[in-house]
Amino acid sequence: MEMFGKRRVAVIGAGMTLFRRNLKETGKELCWEAAKMALDQAGLELKDIEAVVMGTAPDAFDGVHMKGEYLADGAGARKKPYMRVFVGGGTGVFTPIAGWWHVASGMFDTCLVVAEEKMSSCFPHPAYAFHTIFDPIMARPLGVTLIWIFALEMHRYMHVHGIKKEQIARVAVKNKQNALDHPCAQLPQKITVEDVLNSEVLCWPVQRLDISPTSDGAAVAVLAAEHVAKQLTDNPVWIDGVGWCIDSTYWTNRDLYYPKYVECAARMAYKMAGIKNPPKEIDVAEVYDPFDYKELHHMEGLMLCRKGEAPRLTEEGVTQRDGDLPINPSGGLLGVGNPIAAAGMMKVCEIFWQLRGEAGKRQVKKDARTGLAQAWGDLMQYGSVIIMRS
Amino acid sequence: MSEKIKEYPGHRIKTADLRAGLVPLIRYKPEAKFAFSAGAAMSRFLEELKNGRILASVCKKCGRIMVPPRTFCEICFKPVDDYTYVKDTGKINTYSVSFIAADASRVKEPTIVAVIELDGASPGMGILHKIGEIDWKEVKFGMRVKAVWKPPEQREGAITDIKYFKPLKEGEE
Amino acid sequence: MSREISTCPLRLRHYPGHLEPEYAYTLGIAGERFFREIKENARIMGAKCKKCGKIYVPPKLYCEECFEKLEEWVDVGTKGTVYTFTISFLDEHGEKLEKPEIYALIKFKGTYGGIVHRLGEVKPENVRIGMKVQAVFKPLTERKGTINDIAYFKPIME
Repeated sequence: MEMFGKRRVAVIGAGMTLFRRNLKETGKELCWEAAKMALDQAGLELKDIEAVVMGTAPDAFDGVHMKGEYLADGAGARKKPYMRVFVGGGTGVFTPIAGWWHVASGMFDTCLVVAEEKMSSCFPHPAYAFHTIFDPIMARPLGVTLIWIFALEMHRYMHVHGIKKEQIARVAVKNKQNALDHPCAQLPQKITVEDVLNSEVLCWPVQRLDISPTSDGAAVAVLAAEHVAKQLTDNPVWIDGVGWCIDSTYWTNRDLYYPKYVECAARMAYKMAGIKNPPKEIDVAEVYDPFDYKELHHMEGLMLCRKGEAPRLTEEGVTQRDGDLPINPSGGLLGVGNPIAAAGMMKVCEIFWQLRGEAGKRQVKKDARTGLAQAWGDLMQYGSVIIMRS
Repeated sequence: MSEKIKEYPGHRIKTADLRAGLVPLIRYKPEAKFAFSAGAAMSRFLEELKNGRILASVCKKCGRIMVPPRTFCEICFKPVDDYTYVKDTGKINTYSVSFIAADASRVKEPTIVAVIELDGASPGMGILHKIGEIDWKEVKFGMRVKAVWKPPEQREGAITDIKYFKPLKEGEE
Repeated sequence: MSREISTCPLRLRHYPGHLEPEYAYTLGIAGERFFREIKENARIMGAKCKKCGKIYVPPKLYCEECFEKLEEWVDVGTKGTVYTFTISFLDEHGEKLEKPEIYALIKFKGTYGGIVHRLGEVKPENVRIGMKVQAVFKPLTERKGTINDIAYFKPIME
């Protein structure tokens, strides 16, 4: 690990669009809106950007093949070094990781990191696009859907630890409530545990209010090397640790109750950031919550608590904004929305704003100095983790 | 959003406007079709389903008996050493009950889906399949189940040659 | 359990599949206005960058170089020049066309970009790079706000 991070990398600006079920803007236009905002925040112009990294999930959502190339001009990448990264739902946090190595390596002093998703192009429902992610021989002939596999994971997690749905529903209640203070949020709501338990059953134990929505949106961050960041801002937010890890697509061959690959990604990031005791040293975390149980599952995978302990911490209010370990103060995917890659990137933006003390009504109560953002994806097999410090 | 930013971009399209055809859209349906090669191990697996048998692969280095079978062990990163059969019985590792179809529409009869750990395979080696002949409220973790096969003449060498797995009564093999 | 493996390992199986989703693309902020002008007014518009002066055809929301929002729209006329062209003998499925079709990239004076479209009222052997052409619009009642509202471009005298 010592060979990495020769140069310290800072986030110096962030921007995002509204997250909505349907937005009129094209994917390119969404990228531009968010990128322009991030550059303005950083006090830079496009000509100051040396490289661009794009993160965007399957081409099958936008319905544009070579989607990375298609979006390039909106991302400000024209005539610049450019690459697209894609690791399923993990893309949103992996994109700034790819941006980090562009700058940490010494190759570039500035890098624009853009994440976009426009799921509304896909008809009649974006779920159709997910069908082709499954094994064509073992899974598709059975009529598998994305919710099936998450329901299977959720159920296994509940079974192994004896967790009740009421405990999991608290995550949806908290995150949708937090989203009331997020100006870009798609599903901010004041709901109760009973509302979640009474909502439509989709695939038991998954109900309507356990799930994040499909969304259009973009989110962007500006990264800079230390000497550039210090010229431009008095409060840069440093990327001090990055980690990523994948397991195989043989998801029926492993115990789904615990995301070991998330733990591996977290260990890599903690080691790089010099973090020995995650629950004590992480002040605020944005963990991936496309389903409410995933927030708990990921808190455990990230070693922010012991296995099976996350539901109790949630019940005790520890993960609220004014708690000891605030989780998803933004409102998360459940509240703000889930334009896949842009959703993960939104989490990185949120940690940036939290550590700068710019989160306004969403600001966590404690003095947050160290934050974590994490995303997860593919066939329940991928984790990406980033550690940031003010 | 940073409190420094007062305006945020994006024009929401109302669902009602979309349904009423008030939003200009360009429509397109991809026409591409695919033929996925099953590969050596899975081709054998599918052929054996016609015979009512479930094929697994064996890695002598890590000792795993793997279902679905594969030509290489992804842990030892070497070719598998042998193929064998596992039983068509097993236990439910986890399950779910689906009330929706692939397009997110409601279905009348829920589908019970499960990861089934097959007897004879290494612990934790499961496959995805459906559960039948039981009310969904009666399904339990760890429940013993057995494959219900289509009649031999109806089998086509597909995972659906197993119609579903049904619960085994106590003592039943 | 039997150790016999009865199946010929060389008999490979294939599984058919197809893409199920359909798509409905929004035209975007700039696109909606561009196609509305084509549909309602038979006008081809460009968008001008106040910083670098470049006029984009088709119009964009932003200048891809300066990253400024493009707020000034200009009518670029319906006449342009053939920048390059190709004569297609096959349709999109690779089937032979009854009559070859001519596709050209048409550029508009003083602008950046251009429009790819069919050429009509001209034989393939008479098409030249640099040839002046003009958009032939479908009748107003048939226009739907798509690029096919322009039936084709036809050669014109200078």
